[in-house]
Amino acid sequence: MSWNISRGVSITCFIVVLLLVCVPLAESRYLIDLSTEIMVYALFALSLNVIIGFSGNVSFGHAAYFAIGGYANAILLTTYGWPLIFSFPAAIILSAVAAAFVAYFCTRLTDIYFAMLTLAFSMLVWAIAFKWRSVTGGDDGFVGVDVPSFIDGRVPFFYFTLTVVTISCAMLWLICHSAFGQTLIAVRENLTRAGFIGVNTRMMRGVAFVIAGAFAGVAGAIFAMYNRGVYTESAFWAESAQVLIMTLLGGMYSFFGPAIGAAALYLLERFSNEYTEYWPTVLGGILLIIVLVLPDGLVGLAKRIKTRFGRVNNQ
Amino acid sequence: MDMLLSSPSFAFMQVLNSISLGMNLFIIAAGLSLIFGVLRVINFAHGVFYMFGAYIMYTVSKDLQLGFVTGIIAAAAGLSLIAIIIERGLFQWLYDKEHLMQLLLTFAIVLIMGDLAKIIWGTDQLSVSYPEGLAGATNLGFTFYPTYRLMLCVIGPLIFLGLWLLVEKTRWGRLTRAATQDMEMLSALGINVPLIYVTIFIIGSALAGVGGSLAAPINSPTPGMDATIIVECFVIVIIGGLGSLWGSFVGALIYGFVFNFGSVIVPNWQDVFAFLLLMIVLLIRPWGLFGKPEREGH
Repeated sequence: MSWNISRGVSITCFIVVLLLVCVPLAESRYLIDLSTEIMVYALFALSLNVIIGFSGNVSFGHAAYFAIGGYANAILLTTYGWPLIFSFPAAIILSAVAAAFVAYFCTRLTDIYFAMLTLAFSMLVWAIAFKWRSVTGGDDGFVGVDVPSFIDGRVPFFYFTLTVVTISCAMLWLICHSAFGQTLIAVRENLTRAGFIGVNTRMMRGVAFVIAGAFAGVAGAIFAMYNRGVYTESAFWAESAQVLIMTLLGGMYSFFGPAIGAAALYLLERFSNEYTEYWPTVLGGILLIIVLVLPDGLVGLAKRIKTRFGRVNNQ
Repeated sequence: MDMLLSSPSFAFMQVLNSISLGMNLFIIAAGLSLIFGVLRVINFAHGVFYMFGAYIMYTVSKDLQLGFVTGIIAAAAGLSLIAIIIERGLFQWLYDKEHLMQLLLTFAIVLIMGDLAKIIWGTDQLSVSYPEGLAGATNLGFTFYPTYRLMLCVIGPLIFLGLWLLVEKTRWGRLTRAATQDMEMLSALGINVPLIYVTIFIIGSALAGVGGSLAAPINSPTPGMDATIIVECFVIVIIGGLGSLWGSFVGALIYGFVFNFGSVIVPNWQDVFAFLLLMIVLLIRPWGLFGKPEREGH
């Protein structure tokens, strides 16, 4: 598997960004909102994939860092009246610190134990958000976020999101394709061997966890302003499962797969909500399909189709 | 806090509260741990199984008026049936796949069964009354204590004893333990390993059902109760050590005490205490108090 960006992928990225830049020209509020939300979820899913696709661990509690980023940004902006230029980085740092704290414990374990523990810690974050009423608003949620005036409006906010998400994705891409990213893949493929050649595997997995947490915090901080509120559900395990399913649906062994999965699942949710209130069942069904027939996600499926047709053409 | 120090009977009641909570949790956590010990699958759906147990108790004892004991039996039977369907229909295809896929499969079951519960029982909080004869309080000489909770303090150890005898003292239990060591060898010796797997899954799931039916009068059945219990079970089995019966028993007791005394000393923050304990255990014994260290590598 080559990790050099291919011409096709770079052209596609360019076109996607270009199309997104043009979205507000359509003057459809629905389309702008839809694109903003998809971009946030795409970043969220890409951040999770640093843990799953690159370090080879499965986090069932990634929503915790999304929620921490969201709550921190909302509270600093609103309760403390900080300007965005300080509150946004502070929210990211807080998410990263929380991720580092959890990683310190979770990286002692691997595999199933790791998954259980990440879930347990995320539910701790949920419980704190739920109980710490005076600061987080408890189960009513933290409502009425003060959004800075320069991005207060559908179109300015869309461009703000587009800028931040594009920069974040570029940074994630660079991180994943650096020597560090390659080392992570070595850790994923064989923990013991990576350890034998001198890699501090626990540290590597921990750093991956912190990076993922920080970028989830970015997504959460944007989403808090977009929604003008943060709710305890954003830390609940169902949210963690949703982003996990986005990542897997897209394909965890490709860098951009999770973003595709995020868009696909989000559109599917919008679509299914018009017909049924039982979205969890639909989600469960999608999950069954992934587990039983699509273990490498949509990107894997596309690759399989491509090789099959490629063979036909060669004959 | 002052109450604990000044009133011995209050303190003693808290001890009993802790034990009864711990024993109820033990019944559920033991099922999760048993299934993991043999099948090597963490069943995320265990919490939903517990919720179904509680709802079945509601239907049988309240809607159908068939009594409390029938409710427990119906919960165990219902969950056994669900377990057979899930193990034979889905799980058996995934034993040689990655752990991630197994976890995801159990999560898909959580989502689907959670909706199913909403369709069958609605989203309201339902109430289950205490069984006749156990509704009042018992005079312990110096204080009164709810009889139902006393019964939990007795049932828990009985189930522990039963499971211990089953696993340690019977031929079937020896085969089960052998299956955790070397499934292929056991199969080569002519033992029906799939039968062992399905039986273990049934017993583990039925324990979740029984635990749920016993918890129904205390925790009114309501959607979302599955998420709380599964996290509690995770904390317990990580503290005690996954796959260890003793581990779930001691882990559940410790959890009961920490949770209950935590809520007396600093109300509302009891969850945090359980996690502090979890962190301490992870620092000292990452594989849990009664667990064995993970095998290295893949």
